[in-house]
Amino acid sequence: MDTEPTFFETNGPGTGGVVGLPLDRVDGFAKVTGQAKYSAEYRLPGLTYGVLKTSAIAKGKILSIDTAAAAKEPGVLAVLTHLNMPKLAKTPNDAEGKKAIGAPMGFLPLTSDQIHYAGQPVALIVADTFERATHAASLVRVQYAEEKPIGSFLDPKAQVFDPEKVQDGKTPGHTRRGNPQDALAASAVQLTATYVHAINHHNPMEPGATTAVWEAPDRVTVYESTQGVTRTQKSVATMLGLPQEQVRVITKYLGGGFGCKGASWPHTILTVQAAKAVGRPVKLSLTRPQMFTSMGHREDQTQTLKLGATKEGKLTALIHEKTSTTSPWDNYAEPNSKIINLLYECPNFESSYQLGRANVMTSTFMRAPGEAPGSFAIECSMDDLAYQLGIDPLQIRLLNYAEKDPSNGKPWSSKSLKQCYARGAELFGWSKRNPKAGVTREGRYLVGMGMATASYPVHNSQGTARVRLYADGHAVVQTGATDLGTGTYTVMTQVAADALGIAPDKVRFELGDTKLPTAPNSGGSVAAGTVSSSIYMAAQDVWQKLTKLAIQDKKSPLFKAKATDVVVEKGRLVLKANKAKGEDFAALMKRAEITDMEGSGAGKYGSGYEAAQAAANADPTKKDEAGEHSMHSFGAHFCEVKVDAELGTVRVTRWVSIHGAGRILNAKTARSQIIGGSIFGIGSALMEETFRDPNLARYTNASLGEYHIPVNADIPEMTVEFIDEHDPYINAMGVKGIGEISMVGVAAAVANAVFHATGKRIRSLPITPDKVMNSLAV
Amino acid sequence: MNNFSYTQASTAKEATNIRKDAKDAAFIAGGTTLLDLMKADIEQHPQLVDINMLPFRGIELNDGSLRIGAMERMSDVGENALVLQQFPAVSEALLLSASPQLRNMASIGGNLMQRTRCGYFRDTAFPCNKRNPGSGCPAQQGDNRNLAILGGSQACIATNAGDLAVALAALDAVVLLENAKGKQRRVPLLEFHVLPGTTPQRETIIEADELIVAVLVPATAQARKSHYVKVRDRASYAFALVSAAVGLDVQGGQIRAARIALGGVGTKPWRAQEAEKLLVGKAATEENFRAAAAAAVRGAQPREHNRFKVEMVQKTIVRALQELMA
Repeated sequence: MDTEPTFFETNGPGTGGVVGLPLDRVDGFAKVTGQAKYSAEYRLPGLTYGVLKTSAIAKGKILSIDTAAAAKEPGVLAVLTHLNMPKLAKTPNDAEGKKAIGAPMGFLPLTSDQIHYAGQPVALIVADTFERATHAASLVRVQYAEEKPIGSFLDPKAQVFDPEKVQDGKTPGHTRRGNPQDALAASAVQLTATYVHAINHHNPMEPGATTAVWEAPDRVTVYESTQGVTRTQKSVATMLGLPQEQVRVITKYLGGGFGCKGASWPHTILTVQAAKAVGRPVKLSLTRPQMFTSMGHREDQTQTLKLGATKEGKLTALIHEKTSTTSPWDNYAEPNSKIINLLYECPNFESSYQLGRANVMTSTFMRAPGEAPGSFAIECSMDDLAYQLGIDPLQIRLLNYAEKDPSNGKPWSSKSLKQCYARGAELFGWSKRNPKAGVTREGRYLVGMGMATASYPVHNSQGTARVRLYADGHAVVQTGATDLGTGTYTVMTQVAADALGIAPDKVRFELGDTKLPTAPNSGGSVAAGTVSSSIYMAAQDVWQKLTKLAIQDKKSPLFKAKATDVVVEKGRLVLKANKAKGEDFAALMKRAEITDMEGSGAGKYGSGYEAAQAAANADPTKKDEAGEHSMHSFGAHFCEVKVDAELGTVRVTRWVSIHGAGRILNAKTARSQIIGGSIFGIGSALMEETFRDPNLARYTNASLGEYHIPVNADIPEMTVEFIDEHDPYINAMGVKGIGEISMVGVAAAVANAVFHATGKRIRSLPITPDKVMNSLAV
Repeated sequence: MNNFSYTQASTAKEATNIRKDAKDAAFIAGGTTLLDLMKADIEQHPQLVDINMLPFRGIELNDGSLRIGAMERMSDVGENALVLQQFPAVSEALLLSASPQLRNMASIGGNLMQRTRCGYFRDTAFPCNKRNPGSGCPAQQGDNRNLAILGGSQACIATNAGDLAVALAALDAVVLLENAKGKQRRVPLLEFHVLPGTTPQRETIIEADELIVAVLVPATAQARKSHYVKVRDRASYAFALVSAAVGLDVQGGQIRAARIALGGVGTKPWRAQEAEKLLVGKAATEENFRAAAAAAVRGAQPREHNRFKVEMVQKTIVRALQELMA
């Protein structure tokens, strides 16, 4: 490990008795009383309101824009179009600009007359009230030269190609291990299946929103609904041509994000420019329909998985092909193949991606990007294999259990999957399941039980934090992380309290501001592990300084002790050999007449923790694998469904999720997060689907009335447990993160339960009543 | 959304007189659909006339009919003991609609006036003959999963979205209207909504200066023994993929009267009278239910994505009748 050797030690991370407790949310009161300010809730002096007018066509050219009527409306301050928008230093519209901006951002509208997708902004109207701006937007008249758009990769006119890399260069377009084609051909069992995944949209409760205020001609503050203040800061500063520190980004609260607030999106910089243009603060909040075309989505995709196995059920080959839709300017595809490459022991593997360009807003990361649809394919095919060979679905997974990472041959840093299977099966009553599909009936319902495996990587990441411990026994802890609403405020308060030996209510934890120490994006499940480790390390820095102070202080019981003989126990510096000898930090600080002690810490996460240099130097596609160990969380979902045998409706009636994800920082918020992710997955399994008109390339159900997400009545009581897991390789706190894994495998568990209920396999998500009913008629 | 003026009407006459002269004005009751339509710029009204003060209230049995005041809220009607006991399909249809919040706001009159959920109608960037006559109907070749298989035309296949209207259609309800002259007329619910034909912009027979005063539902044996079944993509807060309201008068093992109306499949609340005729005089058996259901979809014209409705609605009819007899 590359962390600097310490000359002192506390009793170690999580030993203060606070980490892990099911503490109530520290920000709960502020949220339910409306005191928590979200990015669109800052009432700044002179605030004005921005509203986007978006394109009615998906492809073509703007011939003319008549803004006269809108500009004449009372209260209207500006009608900005590509003709009069202030120019930027850089835009992502050329390769050089895109590279410089860094944060994922493919295309900036209002820079030319070209229309690439339906919903593309064509004007930004600023007025003194939201209503006036909205009305003025309706008066802007745009004449288009319309061309026939490409609706998706399925469009016969779509340009379909083999990309060298996908997902911002993080994933190779083609991967091969062993000799999969020959191995498949020689396999006793060969299965080929094609899986279809509908377009999904994140739909966080809080839409994308930006409030921009220019503090000086060269200094701007942006209140932004983003998962990463630093990433936004960098992209905005680069586009403006300002030094990074001249842009301040603040995100105190988020109403969810699920990945759609992870990249940089056009509305943010456009709002910053509008504020510059009108010389007043501008607030812009995307409407719900605009959320469908402004911040990405999970792409429409087809996967074909070929599976070879011995007649005993041991995998011999996996060949995965994915084709999906991407935007005119991007090569984005979720990396589905990664999980397929490592979930089971299999000597031969191949994956390839194909992209079809269409006139759509680009797709982006959405909760468990790649792992969610990838696990749907592999986990349904594993089920097929089990049924074909008459082996229990859980047994076939144990039979192919990967004792090391098959994708790279490395040992796992930790893996508790066998325990997850065992505990889940026990809680669920898996042994009571009839091995035959389509035979368990309760009245008019067919009853089915299914299960699936979950896995999510520990990505390489790093961050920093600052801790200031006061002599009066309270502390201020700061880092520029963001809290998606999942509990970052709460768990980090616990981590700090635990490491400092003070009560959680004595900790003030601050986040969401680029003025604070830099932290990574809250995405890819990296936040909990990176930020908690940063805080833990910052606390160690405080103890290190206080220890130095104590052993040099004649009045301290620790005077002249060797620093390495001192440990810290619940806020007391004591001798390791004689813990009765020592003193409280408050006594030490008061005697030294210092009010506080500040420490800072860098938290490394994943391969960056185990092998910092190697991770830093690694190719972008290899960063996560720079260490000696392969680092992943694992889990298992068990699902019972009842299927109406005539009408085809599916209800999930029981649910058990067990995960091994390193140290759990708060039993309550962790449980909530797994429940939330499971419901997210049940949504994608049974109902979530954005329909894009194939001829007009425009969404037809861009609202929460018509884009169905689960309601309470769709969800049963859920059982969630964690396996106690200690992983010394992933970060100082041993935390893996649980934001994404909670939905990996969920759709497959549901689909496998539907198969068990009906004996019919549905490989096209979502599994709506019409598909089930049709399958039963065959 | 455009700027609009707001007027509170204290009498029906005051309200209808405004609309007589200003046909672009709109009545507002619960506002649960009107405000959505205005916010999405689908409708532009320079004036809103608030009719919540009008005395169109009451849920009572009068002269052998249930009389529901047009200003009654969906939740109040759905939970009303009289409705629950003697008109169960009406109660079920109401309580399976929308969400509790919407049901607490939405009026009975407004519910009958709700407009289609067709995605092409709801987004002004799309061509739509209903919203913008003559602009075309991309739904015919596009996303038509939720659209109608019965009563459509080349111009429009938008589904009538209601639940209540389906139950009312089955139970021979009558809509009581009043115009600016204070003149009242009774229109059978089945004639209240019209087929799209070549004029899909016209959805009901109501005149600009007319208001819905009340809905009357005959208290019959088939109303007492009635039932509503709704099939949808999620367990609550979704429009019907298909639905069926059924009522039976069964005596001595023989069906004396049958009522079947369908939702989610028609461009208006769809009454299946051919299917009803097949049941009269027959025993209430699954076989007879199936035959009736098959008759109900005769002439259906499904498109690419809504083909499933032909079968699903038949199964829903059978389900509703079976549950009714259980």
